[in-house]
Amino acid sequence: MTPQSPRTLFDKLWQAHVVHEEPETPTLLYIDLHLIHEVTSPQAFEGLRRRGLRVRRPERTVATVDHSIPTKRGPIQDALAAGQISTLERNAREFGIALYGTDHPQRGIVHIIGPELGLTQPGMTIVCGDSHTSTHGAFGALAFGIGTSEVEHVFASQCLLQQKPHSCEVRIEGKLSPGVGAKDVILALLARIGIGGGTGSVFEYTGPVVRSFSMEERMTLCNMSIEGGARAGMIAPDDTTYAYLAGREFAPAAFDGAVKKWGTYRTDDGARYDTTITLDVTDLGPMVTFGTNPGMGAQITAAVPDPSAIGDASQRASLQKALEYMGLRPGSRLSGHPIDVVFIGSCTNARINDLRQAAMVMRGKKVAPGVRALVVPGSYAVKRQAEAEGLDRVFVEAGAEWREPGCSMCIAMNGDEVPAGKYAVSTSNRNFEGRQGKGSRTFLSSPFTAAASAVTGRLTDVRSML
Amino acid sequence: MNGNVTGRGGEAFRTVTSRVAVFPQENVDTDQIIPARFLKIIDKAGVGTHLFEDLRRAPDGSLKSDFPLNMKENEGAAILLAGRNFGCGSSREHAPWALVGAGFRAVISTSFADIFKNNALKNGLLPVVVDAATWSALAGVASTGGQVRVDLRGQDVQWQGGKVSFGIDSFARACLLNGTDELGYILGHENEIAEYERRQERGVQS
Repeated sequence: MTPQSPRTLFDKLWQAHVVHEEPETPTLLYIDLHLIHEVTSPQAFEGLRRRGLRVRRPERTVATVDHSIPTKRGPIQDALAAGQISTLERNAREFGIALYGTDHPQRGIVHIIGPELGLTQPGMTIVCGDSHTSTHGAFGALAFGIGTSEVEHVFASQCLLQQKPHSCEVRIEGKLSPGVGAKDVILALLARIGIGGGTGSVFEYTGPVVRSFSMEERMTLCNMSIEGGARAGMIAPDDTTYAYLAGREFAPAAFDGAVKKWGTYRTDDGARYDTTITLDVTDLGPMVTFGTNPGMGAQITAAVPDPSAIGDASQRASLQKALEYMGLRPGSRLSGHPIDVVFIGSCTNARINDLRQAAMVMRGKKVAPGVRALVVPGSYAVKRQAEAEGLDRVFVEAGAEWREPGCSMCIAMNGDEVPAGKYAVSTSNRNFEGRQGKGSRTFLSSPFTAAASAVTGRLTDVRSML
Repeated sequence: MNGNVTGRGGEAFRTVTSRVAVFPQENVDTDQIIPARFLKIIDKAGVGTHLFEDLRRAPDGSLKSDFPLNMKENEGAAILLAGRNFGCGSSREHAPWALVGAGFRAVISTSFADIFKNNALKNGLLPVVVDAATWSALAGVASTGGQVRVDLRGQDVQWQGGKVSFGIDSFARACLLNGTDELGYILGHENEIAEYERRQERGVQS
């Protein structure tokens, strides 16, 4: 390809980060920002020690604790979690890495604080030992999750060897109805393409709906790209992006110059994607999942699908098994299904706009008897903002629990769990078997739907309450 | 290129010959391979004992007799024949660590999730992609207790009466054959990395 030929956003970012290329070998890519947390980093630090290596660019690495940290203040009861957190503290000290530790006022979920601090910027390559690193693509960055071996590679070299993925345009057309948002859009996309539909590719979300989204909504969209199997999801930066970043702690000092450069991070007219998917969202209603992967979703007004209507034996068996696990009867209505737990949180939906939406629905209402509702802000910054707006009081007065930031019940590593056999409506990203606790049954949804369901005790179409 | 692949000496991968454990479920995510509550470790020790923990065990902790890996005939199997899109979801490298810890050397499927595949290759666990017909043939071999041989140098899978070749990225193959890892190769490009950083600092990044 000549430099003059039109390029996609992904091509531009990829090419700008090539350190070395040779035939029959993955490309050596430079990594601008490396985010780490307590769960997937200890073995990588240990690898460095074993080889006598340093972290090459400690100032390009930022650490926080989020996965196994309790969301209640006080000493950590779980010795293993405490050990993991103290190990990260020790490693950060030893290798000279900035740590947003347990009591740091800017601590939060790694994919929430990166953007909040202005660390996440257009044009960057960003990696983290966490599959939801795709979140940062909302800023026009190439951001993807890596394993612990690769965490060690980035520590040692600030580079990664990568095979170049395909580019896939995901064009969102139409106009969203009130009560329907980014989470519903991504769940609808996943229902359409399945959880392997994006394997081997990088999504670029385009179209008028995406342009109208706030940064928070864009992050929700990009966050769940990995649930479609795509390594990364990205959105070209625009004025919404620049307005979000302006004034952030780590935003470039020469901001106007940066904006000028960031403006070039867009797909050129005439550039070709390897594939394009178009999704029209005009008739889209609130989405919920009914199965045990994020691709098993439907509009809340729909009925639970019937496995016997599926031709492919393997898919039929999957659906059958999923419905058995979920305890759902084919043909029964999703809306109205009783629930036990509501979780509003996670790197998908624990930003201030998510909490505002939930509070809008719950204001002046009560969580239904027998339902436990947990609201976990994504960061201390989100928590402070929510408290300044009085959202915490809305939740507490409704009977919900207002917690300290962390991944919490999304991954159930910190003691926040859905009991076996119980139904949770969750704003998180994965409804895998046991994901929210052994035997937990998850309905993924938007914050609107989760809040509406908390109030009624049943899966509820929020449009009846707005 | 192969001559440049140096680094930590690991166990070289040549062939694996074994009975095949069949777990046909599609979209097996890494939360199923190793549930998150077993990720609160700071090393890799013991992770293999919890492979497929919640699929293998009934709520009372007893082993489920109908789970493939609990069946007597699958004891000691080093090859797993898995359903489509194996290893989707979380990027946790604990998933291949658990499979290797439990004695697996190769996983055969019609497709793998990207991050899992990358992680597996870095841990001496060979992900082998085959077509649906080969998958069915291998399931047939497994049902009769037959042996299957995965040969990385020859890039083929062989069994009594059958043989198919498989594709693998040649760099990953060289790393596995030599028992080396990527970091040695990456660090061998220190000059280019430093040069890239100088260019970036001068702001001439293209």
